[in-house]
Amino acid sequence: MTQPIIRIQGLRNQFGIHVVHDNLDLEVYRGEILGVVGGSGSGKSVLLRSIIGLQTPAAGTVELLGNNVRDIKKSQLEKQTGVLFQSGALYSSMTVAENISVPLIEHAKFSRRDAALLARMKIALTGLPAHAADLYPAELSGGMIKRAALARALALDPAVLFLDEPTAGLDPIGAAAFDKLLVTLRDALDLTVFLVTHDLDTLYSSCDRVAVLAEKRVIIAEPLANVVDYDHPWIQDYFHGPRGRAAIQAQTRLHQED
Amino acid sequence: MTMASFTYHYEDQVLCLRGKWTVEAYPQLLKAMLQFFHAKNADSAKQQPLQKLDTSELDVIDSSGASLLHYFFDHDQLSTAIQANANLSPQQQALMLTVSASLTKDAPPQPKPYRLGDGIAKLGEQVLRQVEHSNSLFGFIGLTLITFLSVLLRPWRWRVTSLVYHMQHSGVHAVPIIALLTFLVGAVVAFLGATVLQDFGATIYTVDLVAYGFMRELGVLLTAILLAGRTASAYTAQIGSMKVNQEIDAMRVQGLNPIELLVIPRLIALLIMLPILTFVAIIFGILGGASVALFSLDISSTQFLYIIQEIPAKHFWVGMSKAPIFAAVIAIIGCLEGFKVGKSATSVGIHTTSSVVQTIFIVILFDALAALFFMEMGW
Repeated sequence: MTQPIIRIQGLRNQFGIHVVHDNLDLEVYRGEILGVVGGSGSGKSVLLRSIIGLQTPAAGTVELLGNNVRDIKKSQLEKQTGVLFQSGALYSSMTVAENISVPLIEHAKFSRRDAALLARMKIALTGLPAHAADLYPAELSGGMIKRAALARALALDPAVLFLDEPTAGLDPIGAAAFDKLLVTLRDALDLTVFLVTHDLDTLYSSCDRVAVLAEKRVIIAEPLANVVDYDHPWIQDYFHGPRGRAAIQAQTRLHQED
Repeated sequence: MTMASFTYHYEDQVLCLRGKWTVEAYPQLLKAMLQFFHAKNADSAKQQPLQKLDTSELDVIDSSGASLLHYFFDHDQLSTAIQANANLSPQQQALMLTVSASLTKDAPPQPKPYRLGDGIAKLGEQVLRQVEHSNSLFGFIGLTLITFLSVLLRPWRWRVTSLVYHMQHSGVHAVPIIALLTFLVGAVVAFLGATVLQDFGATIYTVDLVAYGFMRELGVLLTAILLAGRTASAYTAQIGSMKVNQEIDAMRVQGLNPIELLVIPRLIALLIMLPILTFVAIIFGILGGASVALFSLDISSTQFLYIIQEIPAKHFWVGMSKAPIFAAVIAIIGCLEGFKVGKSATSVGIHTTSSVVQTIFIVILFDALAALFFMEMGW
């Protein structure tokens, strides 16, 4: 394997006496979509926040593209990473096009007009209709909010994309379309994707590897086929419960159709 | 770092890309291309024919760089040229083709011409909005009154805990700020009166000025304006955030009346507390005047009290009679704006501002009307 894009070693996060992660190791490689799963409260979002520098870990190191996250300049970090927050986190007082223009104007010194032109490209790239550019976040549907947020995350052509439950709250059709879009963009833009999700269908359809968070660390980070058969009570419940079985069946049906 | 640049030959239609075609170079490349192809903007640029794409000196290209080509070259020829180029890695080819393909769905935004009609239409919209707004206000007052009367006859449905809570939070907790504020204004009015009245040798009438002023107007007006800022906004924000959180819907589904649960206790709490606060305001305003009189106008406290006692009590009641009306205005507008909040957090802010502005406006308007009325009546 090549040099990992993200390397986490001995990470420890705690809030007061409540330890979320202890001695957590994880590596993410270039060009892959890594799905991160775990029960509620297992610290998936905290892990994401500590990689992008929103949460200072109690111990351990997080390296992004070979540099320690804490040593990377803030402006540099923003150019290399794009983040899609769970509820989109679009600025509600700006239109979609203005939302996408913000990083371009602030970090790449674009003029307003150039930024608007490039924003339109990102809007088209994420599959939004052209008229969405002038809409405000309150006027968008759930699926469109996720796409607009993705367009904003991709504004500066980052190398790494972080997604926090991108398909949560979408209907199955919208979620499937988003999964497909993600794979297309990863292939086209050569992205590395760190994907926190609960959605079994997303794991099956778009993730190259799946990391399972349990017992305050990553218990396994392997291709899905190996994870499913791993002998751990939580994994067995997760993948072999009723929803897990349904997702497997759906996936096998899809492959037969192909 | 090599600068990003390009050359294009019109004769053999070959485009040569050099350097780093990334997002950092985008503005500069866009400008260069517009200049080279004599175009005013990217949307109106003429699509040039393209036979061959030379990328032997291209370092990197990202989606921003790739998108530039779309605006200036024929789409089909560009796609063919990208596919035929062996220098590009499969990822780069995929990137450029994806960007180019998705951009075919892009369309320049509709220009928004300014027309005289727009302004008139805006005016009409605003008038209609005002009419609708007044309608909803009167409707809400009626709804509140009916609910109030129906609850009044059924004491077992009185929300005593909620009432006392709101009396404490919007009433008792406001006492220190109102006392301090009116004390200061009382002192200011006394200084002002002393300055003007000194020329007439009538400094002693400063006492009357402060006392009349606070009993009839200033006590109740200052209290109402303060509560409009403090309590109307709080009511709007409380009910508004419940609305955002769908708590109001949950209440309705459970068969609970939000007017009865949320509005009536707040309304009654203010109806009780605003007169009490007005009384506090009058007392502290006069005390502020008294302290100025005592320490800098050499009017003794006995003399001060004597003058106060001479003032007919009706002036006190004129001021107090306005307190319940202002209380109702503050509570009803505060609650109504809360119910008008939409789904977003932004809308809570908009309606909170609106409720404060409206209540202060109506309080001052009513006070002016009342002053006219009382003057005509000779009270």
